[in-house]
Amino acid sequence: MESTIIKSRDFNASFGSNHVVKNVNIDIPRNHVIAVMGPSGCGKTTYLRCINRMHELIPGATSSGEMKINDENIYDMHPIFVRLKIGMVFQRPNPFPNLSIYDNVIAGYKLNGIKLAKADRDRIVEHSLTRVALWKEVKDSLTKKGSFLSGGQQQRLCIARAVAMEPEVLLFDEPTSALDPISTSTVEELFHELKTNYTLIIVTHNMQQAARVSDKTAFFYMGELVEYDETKTMFTNPKDNRTQNYITGRFS
Amino acid sequence: MNIGSVKYRIGKSSGFQILTMVLAFACVVPLLFILFFIIQAGITKINWHFLVNIPKPVGETGGGIANALVGSIIIIVVASVIAVPIGILAGVYLAENRKSRLAYWCRLSVDILQGVPSIVIGIVAYFWLVKPLGGFSALSGSVALAIMMLPIIVRSTEETLKLLPDSLKEAAYALGMPFHRVIFKVIVPVGVSGILSGVMLSIARITGETAPLLFTAFGNPYLSTNVTKPMQSLPLLIFNYATSPYNDWHDLAWGASLILLFWVLFLNIFTKLITRKWKVQL
Repeated sequence: MESTIIKSRDFNASFGSNHVVKNVNIDIPRNHVIAVMGPSGCGKTTYLRCINRMHELIPGATSSGEMKINDENIYDMHPIFVRLKIGMVFQRPNPFPNLSIYDNVIAGYKLNGIKLAKADRDRIVEHSLTRVALWKEVKDSLTKKGSFLSGGQQQRLCIARAVAMEPEVLLFDEPTSALDPISTSTVEELFHELKTNYTLIIVTHNMQQAARVSDKTAFFYMGELVEYDETKTMFTNPKDNRTQNYITGRFS
Repeated sequence: MNIGSVKYRIGKSSGFQILTMVLAFACVVPLLFILFFIIQAGITKINWHFLVNIPKPVGETGGGIANALVGSIIIIVVASVIAVPIGILAGVYLAENRKSRLAYWCRLSVDILQGVPSIVIGIVAYFWLVKPLGGFSALSGSVALAIMMLPIIVRSTEETLKLLPDSLKEAAYALGMPFHRVIFKVIVPVGVSGILSGVMLSIARITGETAPLLFTAFGNPYLSTNVTKPMQSLPLLIFNYATSPYNDWHDLAWGASLILLFWVLFLNIFTKLITRKWKVQL
């Protein structure tokens, strides 16, 4: 039996009176890649942002229900602890433009005022960049600004920045939608690497990507979790009509 | 449509273009005249002696403006120490809470404050500080000038921060940073060039202010560094000496005008330089 790391029960989220996530129940197993797919506006990104409490930063945003990590309620913890345990990578690469590549990787420590010995810093930077297959490309330009890298490299830098904090879960919000196909495949290969140490939850509007990278897939439609199953089952033998229609391209 | 009317319209169009060009040039002319006039009258008065000596009593030749120079610097530094932190943090609030009721009132007050005549601000400082404390002081002058600096700093900070992408803040929050660190370690450093240019422009703006100092810092014919006592400043010196009947004092006023002009010019150019140099490429 695989152990559950993230567990939602009757989870709801709204923007003001706009109810965008409705009664979601889901168990996310440790060290798996979970794809969350669905048409635009189905609440998948909102649900993702509820997991590390980024949702509540938007004025008027509310949520209710149960969201647990390791059986501890995320909404009883301080958001800062939640976000240290659950890292996030965004749709557009967003390295800190004022920091060097090196400082971007350890930004979570540096900007939080956590003091580290030089040797530890060097080790974390090299380790994190190696994990995202960026070390060889940037090891001679660590002092250059992060914004000097290409889009795909910037996105991997952002993944390295999240990995450097040693979280348990990594959230990806359409991580490749702003990248070219080659960078996309590089990032997708990373997912397989990363799941040995982390649990990955990836929001994507790209079904092929969901099919390629994930172990399990959740399909959201109109704020509801319609179906959640092994990716293979989902794409070969969907149980719900709406899933069937979506993966056969009858609506998008 | 006949050829004649098209030609007429083409002619009108070029005429209009020339008019805009002439008027654009007309905006440059006043500064050139001021520069020419003040440099011509003031340049011969400025020398080392002029910068390091205090004015001589009437009847003696020579003397300088050291007291006004030192006084201006002290008054402006104290005003900046008061206005810069308040202005930047208020600007941060406005940029972070765009729609709150407080933000609305703060924005409105700041905009109105910007239009309040400087002499009125001087009077207020007089009643707030000079009267209760029992005498004119450089500090009360600094407070009056700080009030004048605030709107510029608040608004430029707000405008700068509003232009930063939300993704930047999200990146910081997602790393578990608390609000104050997101502001001081990410938002302010990335927007530093815009914020600093607001600060510099506000300093340039108050450097030449005379009215608020008339009944606060008051002026002082001697060199003083005590902020609780009356202090001389460049605009006060110009005001007092230029309206005096003595030629020697007129000379001092011309020299001081030139220094003041260079100061403001330098601040403006310096602001342009740092804005370019410290601009963070997003």
